[in-house]
Amino acid sequence: MSLRLEPRDNASVGLKLGVSLAAGLIALLLVAIPVLFAGGSPLNAYGLMLQGAFGSMFALSETLNRATPLILTGLACAVAFRAKLWNIGAEGQLYIGALAAVCVGSGLLQLPPALMIPTVMIAGFLAGGLMMVIPTIIKQRFGADEVVITLLLNFVVILFIQMLIEGVLKDPMALGWPQSVPLIAEAKLPKLLPRLRMHWGLIVGLVAALILWLMVRKTVLGFEIRAVGENKAAARFAGIPVDATMLKVALISGGLAGLAGVGEVAGVKGYLSSDLSPGFGYSGIVVAMLAGLSPIGTVIAAVFVAAVFVGADSMSRATGISSYIADLVVALSLLCVLVGSFFLRFRVKFERRQVEA
Amino acid sequence: MDVIFDILGSANFWAAAIRIATPLIFGVLGALICERAGVLNLGIEGIFVAGAMAGWLAVYLGAGLWGGVLVSALAGALFGLLHAFLTVILGLSQHVSGIGITLLATSVSYFTYRTALPDVTSPPRIAAFQPLNIPGLSDLPFFGPALFQQTPLTFLALVFVALVALVLYRTPLGLAIRAVGDNPASVEAQGLSVVGLRIGAVVVGSALMALGGAFLTMSAFDAFFFGMVNGRGWICIALVVFASWQPGKALLGALLFGAFDAFQIRLQAQIGQVVPGQVFLMLPYLLSIVALILVARRADYPRALLQPWTKGQRH
Repeated sequence: MSLRLEPRDNASVGLKLGVSLAAGLIALLLVAIPVLFAGGSPLNAYGLMLQGAFGSMFALSETLNRATPLILTGLACAVAFRAKLWNIGAEGQLYIGALAAVCVGSGLLQLPPALMIPTVMIAGFLAGGLMMVIPTIIKQRFGADEVVITLLLNFVVILFIQMLIEGVLKDPMALGWPQSVPLIAEAKLPKLLPRLRMHWGLIVGLVAALILWLMVRKTVLGFEIRAVGENKAAARFAGIPVDATMLKVALISGGLAGLAGVGEVAGVKGYLSSDLSPGFGYSGIVVAMLAGLSPIGTVIAAVFVAAVFVGADSMSRATGISSYIADLVVALSLLCVLVGSFFLRFRVKFERRQVEA
Repeated sequence: MDVIFDILGSANFWAAAIRIATPLIFGVLGALICERAGVLNLGIEGIFVAGAMAGWLAVYLGAGLWGGVLVSALAGALFGLLHAFLTVILGLSQHVSGIGITLLATSVSYFTYRTALPDVTSPPRIAAFQPLNIPGLSDLPFFGPALFQQTPLTFLALVFVALVALVLYRTPLGLAIRAVGDNPASVEAQGLSVVGLRIGAVVVGSALMALGGAFLTMSAFDAFFFGMVNGRGWICIALVVFASWQPGKALLGALLFGAFDAFQIRLQAQIGQVVPGQVFLMLPYLLSIVALILVARRADYPRALLQPWTKGQRH
C-alpha cells in the first residue's frame, strides 16, 4: 500500500460541509481530554452543554443572543478573507461601532425609533468600516501588512474606549463604574420575544448574511471580490479595479463588525463598557473559517460557536469545570478545519503497489 | 526639558528600559528565526501566554526556577511543532494556523491555570529570579544599577542575541536557514531537507518566544495574570520587520522600545494628569504601527516567507 496525493480542482459543497462538520465534532471530542484532566465525565459534560445551549426556550434565546454578534463578525471576516484581506481587527471595529452608536444614540439626536435605529446602525457601520479602511489604505500606500496593524489596533481601540468611558462619555449615574452614558429608549433594538434577551440584531445578522450571499453570487462587486481573492495580478490584468475593490471589501468587513458592536450596545447592554465583547472579533475568525467563508454557512457556524460558549458556561456552573473549555473547543475547531482544508485541496489515494516480477 | 534630562539621567530609567525590552528580545529573536526560515509564526502571542503559565506553574509546583525556564521552553517548542506540522508538512495557511495556535495556546494555558488552582482568589506568588550581583560591574557608580543589576533571564536574552547572530551568519547551519527562507530550491539542490530545516527553525524559534513569556511570570512579576501578555507578541512581529530580520537590529529595536516605554511611564508620573493615562498606554501599539509603516516600503522580506514547499517542487 502506498499513499498518494492528487490535487483537486474543485471541492464539492457536500465535501466542504463534511469537513466543517467533522472539524466541529473532532474539536468537541478532543476536549474530552481536558474534561477528564479536570476530573469530570466527558459524556456528562457534553450532555450538560447541549442542555445548556438548547435545552429550553431560555437556553435557545441565550444561544441565539450570543450568536448575533458572531454572525456579524463572522461575516466581516468571511468577506475580507475571500478577497485575501486579512482583517484580524474585528474586535476593535466592533468597539468602534459600539462607540458610534453611543455617540449618536445617547441623546444627541432625538428621533422616533423608526429613524433613530437606522441612524445608529449606519453610524456604527460607517465607523467600523472606517476602522478597516484605514489599515487597507496604509497597506496600499505604504505596503505595511494589514495583519499586524489590525491586531495592534485592537489594543489601541480598547484603550481609547476605556479613556472615553472614564472621561467624556462616563455615565455620572453609574456609581463610579466605568461605563458610558446609556442609549435613549428610541435607539434601542427591540427584543424579539418578551422576557428573553434575543433582539432584532439577530434579524440584522440574518439579513446581512442573505445580502452578502446574493452579493457574492449575483453582483459585479461579488465577482470582483472573488477575482481579487483568487489572483490579484490576473484580476488587475483583466481590468478589475483591485485597490477600489479592496477598499469596498474593507468598508463592508469593518462595517459588519461595527454592526455587531451596535447590536451589543443597542440590543443587549444599553451602554458601552470595556467588557462589551468577550472576544467576539477573534471568534469571528473561527466562525468564518468553519463556514468555509460562505455567508449562509457563517450563520450556522456562529450558532455552533455560540452554543459551545453558552453550553460551556452552563456546564461550568453545574460541574465546576472551567468554562475556558469553550475557548478550547473554538481554537481546536479552527485548527481542525484548517487541517480539513488540506483534504479540500488534495484527494488522498491509497494504492496497492504493483509487485515487480 | 529638565524633566526629560532628569529621567534620562537616572540609572533606574535605563534599568527599566532593559527590563521592559527583555521579553521583546526573546520574542523578536524567536519570530526572526521562524521568518528567516520562511515561516510566519502568528502563534507568538499565545506561545508567550503558554510560556508564562507553564514556567510559572512548574516553579509553583516545585521544579525550581531553571526547571521552570526549561518547562516554559518545552511548552513553546511543542506549540511550535504543531505550527510546523500544519504549515511546513501540510503546507496550510500560515496566517490561519498562527491565529489558531494563539487561540489554542492561550485557552490551554488559562484552562490549565484554572484547573490546577481552582480556588485561588488572588494569584499565588513564587520566589522569582532576583537581580544578579556581578562582582565589580554591579557596584559601578551609575552604570552598575543602570546596566548590571538585571535578572539572569535578561543576560540569557543577550547571550541568545549573540548566539543567533553567530549561528545565522557564521555557520553552515545559519546559511542553510537563511537560504531556506529565501530560496528553498537551492537548499534542496544541496541535498538538505527544506522541511527539516523549517521544522527545526519553527520549534527553536517558538521555544525562544516562550522564554519571553517566562520572563514575565518569573522575573518581571512573580505571578501569572490573565491577559498579562497584552499584545507583546504582536509587537514582536512588528519589531521583526523594523529590525530587517537581523538579530543586532532586533536587539536595538527592542531596547529602543523598552527605553520609550520606560520613558513614557516616568514622564506620566512627572507631568501627571495632563492627559489620561490610556494615551500613554496606547503609545507602544501606535509606535509599533508607525515603525511598521516607516520601514514597510524598504522591508526586505525573506523571499519565500509564507510559501509552502513540497519536495521536488520546480519553479
